[in-house]
Amino acid sequence: MTRRTLLIVALLALAPTPSAQAQGRADTLIVVTESGPNNLDIHGVGTNRPAYQAAWNVYDRLLTFGVKTLPDGTRMYDYSTLKPELAESWQLAPDGMSVTFKLRKDAKFHDGTPVTAHDVKWSFDRAVTVGGFPTFQMKAGSLEKPEQFEVVDDLTFRVKFVRKDKLTLPDLAVPVPVVINARLAKKHATAQDPWAMDWLKANPAAGGAYRIESWKPGVETIYARNDDWKSGPLPRFRRVIVREVPSAGNRRALLERGDADISFDLPPKDFAELAKAGKLKVIGHPVENAHAYLGMNVKNPPFAHPKVRQAVAHVIPYQEIFDSAVFQRGVLLAGYPIARGTAGYEAMAPFKPDPDKAKKLMAEAGYPNGFETVLSYDQGFATINEPMAILAQEALAQIGIRATINKVPGANWRAAFMKKDMPIFLNAFGGWLNYPEYFFFWNIHGQNAIFNTSSYQNPEMDRLIDAARFETDPKKYAEQVKGFVAVFLRDLPRVPIYQPQLDVAMQKSVGGYQYWFHRQLDYRQLARE
Amino acid sequence: MSRVVRHARHVVGENPVTGVAGGVFLALLVLAAVGPRVAPYDPLLTNTRHKLEAPSPAHWFGTDQVGRDLLSRVLVATRLDLGIALSAVALSFAAGALAGACAGFYGGWVDRIVTRVMDTIMAFPLFVLAMGIVAALGNTLANIVVATAVINLPFYARMARAEVNVRREAGFVDAARLTGNAPARVLAVHVFPNCLPPMMVQASLNLGWAILNAAGLSFIGLGVRPPTPEWGIMVAEGAAFIVSGEWWIALFPGLALMLAVFCFNLLGDGLRDLMDPRRRT
Amino acid sequence: MLRLIGRRLALAVPGIVGVVVVSFLLNRALPGDPAAFFAGPAATREAVEEIRVKLGLDRSLPEQFALYVRDLLRGDLGTSLTTGQPVSRDLLARLPASLELTLAGLLLAVGVAVPLGVLAATRPGAWLDHLTRVVTTAGVSLPVFFTGLLLVYVFYYLLGWAPAPLGRLDAVSAPPPTVTGFLLVDAALAGDPETFRAALAHLVLPAVTLGLFAMAPIARMTRAAMLGVLGSDFVRTARASGLAPRTVLVTYALRNALLPVVTLLGMIFSFLLGANVLVEKVFAWPGVGSYALEALIASDYAPVQGFVLVMASLYVLLNLFIDVVYGLVDPRVRIEG
Repeated sequence: MTRRTLLIVALLALAPTPSAQAQGRADTLIVVTESGPNNLDIHGVGTNRPAYQAAWNVYDRLLTFGVKTLPDGTRMYDYSTLKPELAESWQLAPDGMSVTFKLRKDAKFHDGTPVTAHDVKWSFDRAVTVGGFPTFQMKAGSLEKPEQFEVVDDLTFRVKFVRKDKLTLPDLAVPVPVVINARLAKKHATAQDPWAMDWLKANPAAGGAYRIESWKPGVETIYARNDDWKSGPLPRFRRVIVREVPSAGNRRALLERGDADISFDLPPKDFAELAKAGKLKVIGHPVENAHAYLGMNVKNPPFAHPKVRQAVAHVIPYQEIFDSAVFQRGVLLAGYPIARGTAGYEAMAPFKPDPDKAKKLMAEAGYPNGFETVLSYDQGFATINEPMAILAQEALAQIGIRATINKVPGANWRAAFMKKDMPIFLNAFGGWLNYPEYFFFWNIHGQNAIFNTSSYQNPEMDRLIDAARFETDPKKYAEQVKGFVAVFLRDLPRVPIYQPQLDVAMQKSVGGYQYWFHRQLDYRQLARE
Repeated sequence: MSRVVRHARHVVGENPVTGVAGGVFLALLVLAAVGPRVAPYDPLLTNTRHKLEAPSPAHWFGTDQVGRDLLSRVLVATRLDLGIALSAVALSFAAGALAGACAGFYGGWVDRIVTRVMDTIMAFPLFVLAMGIVAALGNTLANIVVATAVINLPFYARMARAEVNVRREAGFVDAARLTGNAPARVLAVHVFPNCLPPMMVQASLNLGWAILNAAGLSFIGLGVRPPTPEWGIMVAEGAAFIVSGEWWIALFPGLALMLAVFCFNLLGDGLRDLMDPRRRT
Repeated sequence: MLRLIGRRLALAVPGIVGVVVVSFLLNRALPGDPAAFFAGPAATREAVEEIRVKLGLDRSLPEQFALYVRDLLRGDLGTSLTTGQPVSRDLLARLPASLELTLAGLLLAVGVAVPLGVLAATRPGAWLDHLTRVVTTAGVSLPVFFTGLLLVYVFYYLLGWAPAPLGRLDAVSAPPPTVTGFLLVDAALAGDPETFRAALAHLVLPAVTLGLFAMAPIARMTRAAMLGVLGSDFVRTARASGLAPRTVLVTYALRNALLPVVTLLGMIFSFLLGANVLVEKVFAWPGVGSYALEALIASDYAPVQGFVLVMASLYVLLNLFIDVVYGLVDPRVRIEG
């Protein structure tokens, strides 16, 4: 018995099972991802990025963005047009200090109850009260206090402004201001937990295009279409299964063999190769208003000296990094702080490796023999960060900067850069709202937000940024943007290296993909062709 | 001396595999010593124009994603990996043997404490314990060695304790005590040396374990820091490239790992046969 | 017998206490700040402090430990911050997956290693003996994650024989109604041959990866034990009495030789439960190993502590079980008992 019989049994078991599952397969979308949601409530504490995908597809918002088609045929959201979702129309007040929404009459939550303005108010109050990321994001559009939200009648909802802010309306279309079924949620609220945070973590009280059929944290999430959805055209996929497969190599293998339909998080090298091989559809889109950079702490020596920072900018091998670490999936910035697709972008790539000039700058700064330092990066993104760090380390050694590499585990990365004591490090930032002053406000402004990882504070810069945020004259606005870019290139608190790209690989039979600013998959537009 | 040599030749003759393993072990030691000098390229030198090249006459093992020569990296890593394994096992051996010998010899509360501590360590899933120690103490070489040493302690302690226990009441020990030797001296000079042979076998088996442990830690990101070449971390990095067809990045360090561990295991078996023919398995 | 069990349990308690203390300390020593992690992006220092208080991390170490022990006695292992669920529920849901995988790997290893060990013992010193040693040692010399990846590449990607490494079942198949949590058992109970085959197919590669690792010690121990028994008096008597060689081998020798092998199995099983971690990561297996690994990387204390506690307890219980079985099977032990 033993081995021989065992082998035969195993081989029999491996024989393919008949396609009783074939019909289900065509209208089911199988997504493979590295990690999944840790919380089905986007307002929850410590909610991770994959959770935004769940919230986006399961909940509705008042507004959404339109679509535009790019010259190469790919589609993306159009940040200049807002479209109705739960709100079928809206009217700005004559004095410009409020907006009134008329909700659609036929919208229902998953439990069959109608969507009313009371639900919207409860949801928005929740978003601005719970703190953390949701409140921060609401504030980015000047949505700050529950007093701003008013129920006029069951189907009419008003938002009062605290100031005129061009970001307010777009901020209502981002993933955060979801409309929750307040009646259902309140049934599960308690005195200590008035916003039902505990219950909504695993039980969405939603009305969106998809319902959560099952959620096994760390394993998979299964979505089922809500056939009564009225806020847009009915999605084509009846079921969406999102499986978590931690190994990138396996995800690629699954796609290539057709056992998975679509995936985002593969290494850039795999996307470059899959695009060339042509068996799968690979769509890449530069991430808006985002860049990956080499940051330096400008408060503490040695990087406090501007000539040292300029020397660094003149020695980083931008093209090499772009080719070897990113496989050209992105846009080379080589120092320019505004991303392509954002107002004020210029394809100027201001810096090229010039070791002689860099050495001279180091000598002028008083460090002719260089110094020792530590280069840190987020291990959670090691696929790209590690080759970048190695190439940067080698380049810095040319001008005498001897850097030891410090890999910081992903969970500790935020704590590390919050302390703002790393001398030099690799990081990236992308803003959901596509305005350069929005990016600069959170990354460079002297208000010293957490994302101002260099602790850079310069009143001249602040004046220009603040002016641009509320400027309405387009000519003056362009001048201000040029102004803060010029100050940036002089002071160089960080060296932007490249603009990352959001790549997706999918079977040729899957169509309808659309790029969204939140970089998550919107199942509602996808279809099997 | 010649009797030992004759015995050794007899054993090796019966067991050619041990001979081969011994030879490989010596070769590894030599490589560890001269690795950096025989490596054709600088293991840290990047050359992105020649990245991801398959094995060729210029690069026998190919190049990795930043163009570093893999042959050089594998050769230079020998020193680090053998170093980790040898220091971890040496530390483990020394500490465990001391603890176990004292426990077996003195008995009483010394015995009870040592046994409790060893039981606690053994009760942990070993790899998870190593993970936890390195994660808690920090991602340095020293801590990897410490973690590996800690999880191997119980083997030596138990073995030493058992062996010392067995010999404690033996005739020659009584004789030594009666002639006025202090108990500690009796333990160190008379009892302990007789316990060494079986423990050496365990040590050589553990060498393989130590390397695999370090490799496993690298796979989950707790290993050595880049750009230091180390077999485990090279396999972990190369794993991402297997599916896209760049098999050489993971294969060669993997083979080196396997060769080393394999050799240590076979050597351990051979040592056992050499030391005590009665116990031959 | 009961007194034996009771005494063994009592001996095990201090071990578990030690495990609780050490795992608690180790976890608290983990660097990184879960408060910062969960306060989310753009959190101010005040927001992080709020979260820290909410998580109870601002209290002194002894106080935290006391609270932990109190919860433990109530069966509360804490809540995972990454899944948002109670750790006990997570562990219970995922334990059958790990157990099924480990048992399958062990069965495979035994199925291959024991016959090999017996064969090698019947012809000591022959080429078969050497070959066995080389093959089994090779199995234990490869890093477990490397073997797994290689198997996936060859058998799934290149040959297409194995199913996709997506976990325990295909994405589109529904699992059978849960009775034990072991998919093979549940599918058999539900009379569902298709799901049974699918679950078995998904189990093969990860079980082989794990099994390769366990083969060497089992083969070696079987061989040693068999050699010992084959040279003993009662076997010589059986042979001299004219019994067929096969009967002597199987009925008399093997049964006695298996005793030390069984003890070894216990140790190997518990060791495999820990080595699971890497295999589960490679095959996306939804077990407790991958659960603890994700938690460790996220500085999420509770699941790692819970995992370690559960594994250690399993180990203690398993050894107790083996001691008892040994006592039942081997009359010599009982007399000494």
